[in-house]
Amino acid sequence: MVNVAKRQFDAVIVGAGGAGMRAALQLSEAGIKTAVLSKVFPTRSHTVAAQGGISAALGNVQEDKWEWHMYDTVKGSDWLGDQDAIEFMCKTAPEAIIELEHFGMPFDRVDSGRIYQRPFGGHTANFGEKPVQRACAAADRTGHALLHTLYQRNVRANTQFFVEWMALDLIRDADGDVVGVTALEMETGEVYIIHAKAVLFATGGAGRIYAASTNAFINTGDGIGMSARAGIPLEDMEFWQFHPTGVAGAGVLITEGVRGEGGILLNANGERFMERYAPTLKDLAPRDFVSRCMALEVLEGRGAGKNKDHVLLKLDHLGPEVINHRLPSIREIAIKFAGVDPIKEPIPVIPTCHYQMGGIPTNYKGEVMVPKGGEPEVRVNGFYAAGECACASVHGANRLGTNSLLDLVVFGKSAGDSMIDFIKRERPVHKPLPANAADFSLSRIARLDAQTGGEEVAQVRTAIQTVIQSRAGVFRNSANMALGVTEIKAVAERVKHTQTKDKSKVWNTARMEALETDNLIEVAMATMISAENRKESRGAHSHDDFTKRDDENWMKHTLFYSEGSRIDYKPVHTKPLTVDYIPPKERTF
Amino acid sequence: MTYTQADKNRLRWRSRRGLLELDIVFEQFLEYDFDLLSPADLDVYQDLLMLPDIDLLELVDGKAETTDKRLAPILERLRHWQVVKTQ
Repeated sequence: MVNVAKRQFDAVIVGAGGAGMRAALQLSEAGIKTAVLSKVFPTRSHTVAAQGGISAALGNVQEDKWEWHMYDTVKGSDWLGDQDAIEFMCKTAPEAIIELEHFGMPFDRVDSGRIYQRPFGGHTANFGEKPVQRACAAADRTGHALLHTLYQRNVRANTQFFVEWMALDLIRDADGDVVGVTALEMETGEVYIIHAKAVLFATGGAGRIYAASTNAFINTGDGIGMSARAGIPLEDMEFWQFHPTGVAGAGVLITEGVRGEGGILLNANGERFMERYAPTLKDLAPRDFVSRCMALEVLEGRGAGKNKDHVLLKLDHLGPEVINHRLPSIREIAIKFAGVDPIKEPIPVIPTCHYQMGGIPTNYKGEVMVPKGGEPEVRVNGFYAAGECACASVHGANRLGTNSLLDLVVFGKSAGDSMIDFIKRERPVHKPLPANAADFSLSRIARLDAQTGGEEVAQVRTAIQTVIQSRAGVFRNSANMALGVTEIKAVAERVKHTQTKDKSKVWNTARMEALETDNLIEVAMATMISAENRKESRGAHSHDDFTKRDDENWMKHTLFYSEGSRIDYKPVHTKPLTVDYIPPKERTF
Repeated sequence: MTYTQADKNRLRWRSRRGLLELDIVFEQFLEYDFDLLSPADLDVYQDLLMLPDIDLLELVDGKAETTDKRLAPILERLRHWQVVKTQ
């Protein structure tokens, strides 16, 4: 075996967004020697993009109860969320927000000095009776404020940051226990073994598997890819949240208010196609329905543009006056990101992926849980996950707005607490590394260094995104998804032969992108195959051949194993921690 | 300072941000303009990349003005790439 440098820590966290930094803070403040690896500078994690806010039943503006928040979350999840985890999150939320306030997070306030709360879609009082103001925010910079607050606290607590280090693979020993990760230091191009008593993945989502995504380029699902390669199954990867109108080719969102102001959708033939699908509501039909109609137009060859891959949002009939006065920011976005002025030309739009509900299977303590010896959920010793890369599962089949930031801080903290407990009670000394700990990662790098005659990374990445966008997007049916499975398996073969022209060691960005693509393909395979297998419609998974939710057969979590592309299922947790089970109902709004 | 290919690649990596809106601008800039920067430009670019994403976006968008005059020319160049060409 090649001699690989080793570093040793009690706890290693991969990812420095909201979840990773909240966990790191918990560990460092408990005196645990903690390292955080991040491929970018911590405050440039994608958490920074969260604007909407963070929810908690503080009741500062209107009467509110965590039980109501729990009800909204369960309903939002379309009864696929685990009710113990949802109870834990909603009940803990007020305390989590107060903690952030004490850390110095600059929340908006009401006159009395208490944290202001604003209304948000899906937040209700008294179990769905009427809207309630539950979202806390720091202007439109909530994610930014959260990251900066947590980063400062971590620096103070002596968390050690390894910035511009990319984790490559999870290290598991012969017992299947996790004992560390391998990582690439970009500055030197060297691979290291980071030996740890406990490892947390907080690597965020993988929205870049879609051609149309609001996600930053860094969201390549690195933790999910590493887990899949290490034999950890992935949970509920068929569930992705979409917005109907993102600018085609860019991903930046056009608010739905534009259609309320009179904007209409056209296909390549100039037909107002929503009249055909929804004669009464037309362009104002519900968001998921409009999304599916748009996707269907493209799928059936009536898409606009040279690749026939989008539809058009027409505004010019509203006149310059209305556009300039009521929709100035939309005009700005269209000019910038679509290169068109909506006063004269329609905006190219497409349903756009926003959030990943599935991920690495965990319980509400952040412990990674997998089937073993006939038991559906057995802890993987030493392995934890939190945030968008994890599936606790609180979002189930669809996430409630403002629950994503809450997920980060609640499960970041609880994972941190679980790790502290594990390190103190169960693994006071490091478990030995297996002899071949870095071989697999080194072989992946060696393959890239030696590869000739393969395809360019960008080309293969585009192929992944094209398949997933057209086959696992908002419009899903059996025939289309079966095609998608065949196509994505073919792309997976191509990923094995990606080639980079640059063979240098130091700051080799081409190599980094190739390694990221290895992660993207794991997410894409899990998404496509899990979606093809779920024969019902639930939350964000809307199946044209099985249009109803089927609780009898399908109220269960998907588990996808990379090896052999095997699918398994496990039960949804129907026992909350202290309150009564919230039984399934038709989801009407 | 002088910039080796590795130094330039480091700046390319640091041009990846937490916000999609910035990624889109930087992607165009890196493809068509970055290699034309002089060493003195690169010094300034390196400093620019140290700004938080939200502040950087406001500067690139022209919604805020920088007090650091050195940054103005590079911001101007970035703004040029903000308007994508019609597909």
